[in-house]
Amino acid sequence: MIARFLPHPLLTLLLVAVWQMLVNYVSLGTIVFGLILGIVIPLITAPYWPDRPRLKNPMMIIEFILVVLWDIVVANVVVAKTILFTSNTNMRPTWVTIPLDLHSPEAITVLAGTITMTPGTVSSDIAADGRSLLVHCLNAADPDAVRDEIKQRYERRLKEIFE
Amino acid sequence: MELWQEVTVAAFLVVAGIFGFVGSFGLIKLPDPMTRLHAPTKATTLGVGGVLIASMLYFLFAQGQFSFHELMITLFLFLTAPITAHFIAKANLHTNVNRDRVSATGTDRPWAGFESDEARRLHEEQGASGK
Repeated sequence: MIARFLPHPLLTLLLVAVWQMLVNYVSLGTIVFGLILGIVIPLITAPYWPDRPRLKNPMMIIEFILVVLWDIVVANVVVAKTILFTSNTNMRPTWVTIPLDLHSPEAITVLAGTITMTPGTVSSDIAADGRSLLVHCLNAADPDAVRDEIKQRYERRLKEIFE
Repeated sequence: MELWQEVTVAAFLVVAGIFGFVGSFGLIKLPDPMTRLHAPTKATTLGVGGVLIASMLYFLFAQGQFSFHELMITLFLFLTAPITAHFIAKANLHTNVNRDRVSATGTDRPWAGFESDEARRLHEEQGASGK
């Protein structure tokens, strides 16, 4: 009964929290409206997520976010230097293939998004069987090092979170 | 607001402005669509991030209240920016990039954007009969 009414309790909680942040203050009215949204939206969208993602290790998410934020700051400075001080002829843009150990579509989506948000790399395509990612690097002297860093820093943590 | 608070907010705005400028400059300077795509992903991370931090600090200092809107903007940006970049990259792969110049998948199937419809149908039928 409760499973039919609340098919995705975490999504309901998240929607209530997001609604509070959007209105930017907390009162009884905003909580009630947030709850209405939090119940109706999961019910309506339920057909679109047949297998909901399972979180094995939620505390790892915090570590993952901190690592990604730090990497974004560092990589921003590196890429800014590349744009300003490296001439186009010395720039070495390359395609890198990242073989995936991840299987869940949600984890692969988060990994691809993370790769794009960290400057210097953009994820461009996925193999037809979903077993590797195509990543474009702005300036990579050593493509293997880029691949190893992505696997070591992001994929390992995502594997702990999702699988 | 006290002086040190104003200086902090201003410093974040200046840093954000510099990164926004470098991102826009990269858009002009870089030679081809794939490398140009790297510029906007930068402007949205540190450029916009700096403005949002400055805005949060301003509301905290000037009005004494914590503003959640900036966190929401960050969240929505981090959700939408990679998808837009992915669309542009894929459209560019289809139209401009020779598939021989892209590195190999390392698996027995090609990149999803390069696989023909017949090959995909064949694989799906094989997968269905294999189960």
